[in-house]
Amino acid sequence: MRLFSRLALTVAACLAAGTVSAAEVNIYSARKDHLLKPVLDAFTQETGIAVNLLSADATQLLERLKSEGKDSPADMFIATDVVHLHAARAADLLQPVTSTVLEQAIPTQYRDPQGYWFGLSARARVIFYAKDRVKPAELSTFEDLVSPKWKGRICVRSSSSTYNQSLLGGIIAALGEVKAEAWAKGITENMARKPQGGDRDQIAAVAAGQCDLAIANTYYFGGMQTSDKQSERDAAAKVGLFFPNQNDRGAPMNVSGAGLTISAKNKTEAMTLLEFMAGAHAQKLFAEANNEFPVLTSAALSPTVAAWGPFKGESINVAVLGENAAHAVRIFDRVGWR
Amino acid sequence: MPAYPHKHNGYKAPLPWLVAVLALAALVALPVLVVTANLLVPSGDVWTHLAATVLGSYIGNSLLLMAGVGTGVAIGGVGTAWLVTMCRFRLSRVLEWALLLPMAMPAYVVAYTYTDLLDYSGPLQSVLRAVFGWSSARDYWFPDIRSLGGAIAVMVMVLYPYVYILARAAFLEQSVCVLEASRTLGRGPWRAFGQVALPLARASIIAGIALALMETLNDFGTVQYFAVDTFTTGIYRTWLGMGQPIAAAQLGAVLMIFVAALIVMERLSRGGAKSHHTTSRYRRLPQIPLTGWRGGLALGFSLLPVLLGFVVPALVLAGWTLQVGLENSFGGDFSRLAGNSLILAVIAGMTAVAVALVLAYAQRLHPRPLIRFAVRIASLGYAVPGSVIAVGILVPLVAADRALAHGIESWTGRSPGLLMTGTIFALVYAYLVRFLAVSTNSIEASLAKVTPSLEAAARTLGCGTVTALRRVHIPMIRGSLLSAALLVFVDVMKELPATLIMRPFNFDTLATRTFTLASDERLADAGAPALAIVLVGLVPVLLLSRAIAKSRPGESE
Repeated sequence: MRLFSRLALTVAACLAAGTVSAAEVNIYSARKDHLLKPVLDAFTQETGIAVNLLSADATQLLERLKSEGKDSPADMFIATDVVHLHAARAADLLQPVTSTVLEQAIPTQYRDPQGYWFGLSARARVIFYAKDRVKPAELSTFEDLVSPKWKGRICVRSSSSTYNQSLLGGIIAALGEVKAEAWAKGITENMARKPQGGDRDQIAAVAAGQCDLAIANTYYFGGMQTSDKQSERDAAAKVGLFFPNQNDRGAPMNVSGAGLTISAKNKTEAMTLLEFMAGAHAQKLFAEANNEFPVLTSAALSPTVAAWGPFKGESINVAVLGENAAHAVRIFDRVGWR
Repeated sequence: MPAYPHKHNGYKAPLPWLVAVLALAALVALPVLVVTANLLVPSGDVWTHLAATVLGSYIGNSLLLMAGVGTGVAIGGVGTAWLVTMCRFRLSRVLEWALLLPMAMPAYVVAYTYTDLLDYSGPLQSVLRAVFGWSSARDYWFPDIRSLGGAIAVMVMVLYPYVYILARAAFLEQSVCVLEASRTLGRGPWRAFGQVALPLARASIIAGIALALMETLNDFGTVQYFAVDTFTTGIYRTWLGMGQPIAAAQLGAVLMIFVAALIVMERLSRGGAKSHHTTSRYRRLPQIPLTGWRGGLALGFSLLPVLLGFVVPALVLAGWTLQVGLENSFGGDFSRLAGNSLILAVIAGMTAVAVALVLAYAQRLHPRPLIRFAVRIASLGYAVPGSVIAVGILVPLVAADRALAHGIESWTGRSPGLLMTGTIFALVYAYLVRFLAVSTNSIEASLAKVTPSLEAAARTLGCGTVTALRRVHIPMIRGSLLSAALLVFVDVMKELPATLIMRPFNFDTLATRTFTLASDERLADAGAPALAIVLVGLVPVLLLSRAIAKSRPGESE
């Protein structure tokens, strides 16, 4: 019985916590806690607005938003890939907002054309090579990776990752579906091993000699270069970063970002937070915490990222990648890129 | 579902049991029905696409995985349970509880640790390359841990205790008389095992294997990490990648039908056979002493699963924790996470056992097809991938919440919003839906062995159904009740998808933290919370292991 009364108390406490009406924002976030926390803490300190956070897989959050509908306690949805931001919009879970602050801070290519979501940090998907076995001069574009000279030499993760779906989504936009499928098939034929592990694993496999090239997002490499683990730093030292497609459309870009939900009850506070996240302070924190590119062009790069040098990023609106993702998955299924 | 051909003639079971069982079963079965209802919604050409491309490999891999895991856990679980219960060899008393240790290990964590050890860039292969002067993967062959074989191995290591614990409880519940009668009739110890003990424990063993197979089917973390495409990873991919939640739920529904077929087959294979212990005369089980090579063999066989399923991964986790530093690992909000995990697991464990006991007992009182069916449907939640069932739970929960909010609004003029969704209450409900099968299976199996004549005697002596349950059944199956609570407790400690999606704001558990860090490819940082899941899980494992050993009826306290 004592346990039962404790349970009742806990439940009551939870119910009570849900109905407190001080200034607050409720966030459903797919971004990792430890990357978001510093920004949210700074926000609360600066504005006095409390932030309630629920972190989970983007798909799960979307499902919870869908079933809760207009009654959802969530004011804001944060995702780490444009595929999920687009999915949230497509499922009518986000509302459009206008803000001159956001429009001035964030380049057009990194936000939804109608203001349903806004990119808050950018990353490039690039080629990593084994310094002792590959000369950068041998590399040029993503398209070139299907050439027979790379047979059995490429490591890349599963196509279930939205990063690969976005990558192929961009190639569909640039080359059309037929050529994109031929490209995916060519990559699959050149793989050194069955796709497995995350982006970091691909870079590590290049360092260990299992493959000569890897396709991965930039910030994973930054994370390895600045890792607490000697072994990760050693691995990163054996690997070079190559920005592909510099003479044509540029390296493929993607964003993490956020949008206001249709259920937002704390809309003013949520807008304040969104604008805060696009501001100089938060952008600096984003850039430093995860070695990403700030969307605010005036914000400084982290020293690790700055050392990679300047590059040309693709300039199409990232929303297109989200629109093409479902096609991309079907292509992956057809060519056997697991 | 155990067959109860006997009639409770003259002991009319009271109606409240019937009402209770139907209401509880409906509540728990609702999410499963929501998922299944998706089968009726058209989903366009997705199925054509899936059938033409990846469906074959999803099905093939899932079947191979189940065959491998099923065989492995049966041999490992029954073999070790028999050895430590019926024989005495070096360390056998220690192994009695040590064999449960791998239960505390989430399969995905074991997958992380073995990959770290055996992967191409891991220490073992690096040393081999250094010693033999190999420079790349093309110079030598090494089994790929990230494979179907690797996934089977890892799952057997962590799932065999499901069979072990139920088989051991069954072996402990058996009467010596039966065994001795078989020995008197000229059977050697092996044939006594094969022809008497095994059939008597059959219901429990099959229940254990069924649990292990359902865990196998709903596993996402391990197979995904090991790059094995199964039905479950297919569901995620269809749902997430193709933006086809309905087709994904349909895959989930197909998976459930698959499991239902499995359960029906098992029930049919049991046929009309029933086994009851005939007597309540128990005394200490005689243990056969094993020495020499036999003892060595028994020790090796029983020690291996403990080493592979617990000691090695625990050492790796400890290594990671030390690498990150104890202060970084266990400081901060660590104790809050552990507290959250513990509270959830205790509440869920007790609730699940209480509900399962009502279901199993009512079923015994009313052996009707309708009730059997209701209980079976209520158990299906276990085999459905966690996040699919989580969505199935959200739908009715939010609907009930809306109705409640509407009611309050018409009464007070102000809507309170969603009161249950996103609370601990919702989480416990989710755990009940997911893990009821765990407690029901073991309680049912055990209740089936309480001979009806005891119950008849109790009723003749004037006991009501509740009193009979309290004074006759519960004491007799105490061991199984505890096992059931333990199984649910440990499952909740490790549970991920439903916890992630249903939990309140600002609420984390050890499992969610482990997952967050590991999925961000920060394995070393995940070491401490993972180790804590294991350590917190150990406490009840050890306590209950003692209780199970003592649970043997007639064993003095």
